[in-house]
Amino acid sequence: MFTFEQLKEKNPELHFDSIDVGGDQAVIVPRDQILAVGLRLKNEFGFVQMIDALGHDRMEKKDRFEVTYNLRNHITKQRIFIKVRCDERDPHVPSLVSVWTGANWHEREAYDMFGILFDGHPDMRRMYLPDDFEYFPLRKDFPLMGIPGSIPLPHHEDADPRFDVANRGE
Amino acid sequence: MALNEELQSEGFITSKLDDLVNWARRNAVWPMPLGISCCAIEMMHFAGPRYDVARFGAEVFRFSPRQSDLLIVAGTVTYKMAKVVRKIYDQMPDPKYVIAMGVCTVSGGIYRTYSVVQGINQFLPVDLYVVGCPPRPDSLLKGLMMIQENIKNDRPIRRGTVIGDHDHPQRPIDIQLHAIEGPAKQIIAHR
Repeated sequence: MFTFEQLKEKNPELHFDSIDVGGDQAVIVPRDQILAVGLRLKNEFGFVQMIDALGHDRMEKKDRFEVTYNLRNHITKQRIFIKVRCDERDPHVPSLVSVWTGANWHEREAYDMFGILFDGHPDMRRMYLPDDFEYFPLRKDFPLMGIPGSIPLPHHEDADPRFDVANRGE
Repeated sequence: MALNEELQSEGFITSKLDDLVNWARRNAVWPMPLGISCCAIEMMHFAGPRYDVARFGAEVFRFSPRQSDLLIVAGTVTYKMAKVVRKIYDQMPDPKYVIAMGVCTVSGGIYRTYSVVQGINQFLPVDLYVVGCPPRPDSLLKGLMMIQENIKNDRPIRRGTVIGDHDHPQRPIDIQLHAIEGPAKQIIAHR
């Protein structure tokens, strides 16, 4: 059974805090070490699959955004999480696409929804929203009905104003 | 003997050319199925053997807008998709008709979010709203028959007609309000 203590013993230069997430182990890794931790977990401890990667807006002044990687070792059937955090002013974290190729679209989605920039990502484009959209809709300070007029619609002269988002008082 | 009676005795009937053309058009409405989410399943039933739209001459679903004259928008239209829907509408030859099928298409439905257009009449002229979540295929049949009726009379359908199942408990109240408030909106209970 893997514990993060084993990783620390093998690599004393790494430092992180281990926490418990619903019975699974998780660590919050500093930004500059996430790539090394990911590589070692994959190559030395057999966490060959990255199940999921997701962004999170913690709505705090320090370390506002968090990216969680959900990893799995298929031989020991163990699941762990590694987390990395970044500030709103400097929303850069290293990309883990070079370790797990499957992280590509997950990181693009996190960028699309939260504006977290993944350094070293091969294809840092928007995932779902239009390419010219200027906002990041899953941030907690984004209004539910969006910014009126931020996505232009095709022109229609008979449009019913009662159906306009701007007039619905959300 | 009048000319008309003389022709009829010979086995001919007389009519206006407009009536003949309208008869042909209304019995060959070729729909463009824009099934962009779950209402498309009901639209397929509408075309399938049980509800069988072939009885009304509209079974030829054309996946090319150039060959169709009825646009059935069946599903949630996001802002990103709106440009595509409008482009398909613009590619259809006149005269053309638009059915907004399902509450997501009519008013955004349950999706009151930044990404979903709150009613496709913001960017399309809609002829008929078929509400429901999803509407039953017979509601859509009723909508098609109303469009055919208007082709027959050769006058533009009243914009903003609402067809729906008023006993349906899952209908959002929002739609009912919009339907009742609007002066131009005509409500037809289906059952």
